[in-house]
Amino acid sequence: MSPLRISVNGESRHIRSGATVAGLVEVLALAGKRIAVERNGEIVPRSRYSEITLEEGDTLEIVVAVGGG
Amino acid sequence: MIAGRSYRSRLLVGTGKYRDFAQTRDAIVASGAEIVTVAIRRTNIGQDANAPSLLDVLPPSEFTYLPNTAGCYSADEAIRTLRLARELLDGHRLVKLEVLGDSHTLFPNVRETVKAAEILVRDGFDVMVYTSDDPIAARELEAIGCVAIMPLASLIGSGMGILNPWNLRLIIGQAKVPVLVDAGVGTASDAAIAMELGCEGVLMNTAIAAARDPVRMARAMRLGVEAGREAWLAGRMPRKLYEASPSSPTAGLIG
Repeated sequence: MSPLRISVNGESRHIRSGATVAGLVEVLALAGKRIAVERNGEIVPRSRYSEITLEEGDTLEIVVAVGGG
Repeated sequence: MIAGRSYRSRLLVGTGKYRDFAQTRDAIVASGAEIVTVAIRRTNIGQDANAPSLLDVLPPSEFTYLPNTAGCYSADEAIRTLRLARELLDGHRLVKLEVLGDSHTLFPNVRETVKAAEILVRDGFDVMVYTSDDPIAARELEAIGCVAIMPLASLIGSGMGILNPWNLRLIIGQAKVPVLVDAGVGTASDAAIAMELGCEGVLMNTAIAAARDPVRMARAMRLGVEAGREAWLAGRMPRKLYEASPSSPTAGLIG
């Protein structure tokens, strides 16, 4: 199976076919970090990271809290 | 008292523009603030995974987080940001809504703000809303169900102080929810003036972060807010134009 092409925070990336959101979070070294994930405009609850399988062309946003006023 | 919870401090502070996390923490502790605003941004992929994050420095167990929508120019962007914030902070409902209308002045786009507030309130958020100092807009946002109205005193980050106390008085006079000055405070006397007008609190960031000594200014702001609050509760003497009144007895003068 060829890898999937997805977009993460506006950058194109490849990930192995069949990878889940949890897998992506792991690859990006964000496991256990306080993040929130949106996939194709829909929020992915943390409890469902390992259930949701990524698909070709998915657009993901991964956010954190930063200093701001 | 905001959204059914009471706080001891009437000073709310932002967490941006500090030199580093240590200074952020020191200034915020010195300010006595219990509510701190945070922004929601894309994570820097590929950065050191062990680098400390804001949440390590200001643990949510010690502070009430107020995620904001700074940098959003439409209702849709603001709603999307706050839904992500809610997921990020485990169902957290208290948020600061701001929808900007112009990147030069950072003036709010009230129409988009109202639109976003309607949806967010329906969606179960407790919305503290940044808006212009327009009493009609303030009334509309309160009617929608916002838990606090936060008019600007002057432009965000300008430090120009309280430019239209009369409008703020009108807004405070009509509101049944807390009114907080958000934006424009430059120094401690500005914070005191806001409180003397009858505000329930003041929200600021740059005035502390951009001071030469942010930790000291944070303390000054805490005292300014407290002094202004006390003065408001004490009830100031009336202003008497051209009517002097000696403080010492006029009888018993020598000679």
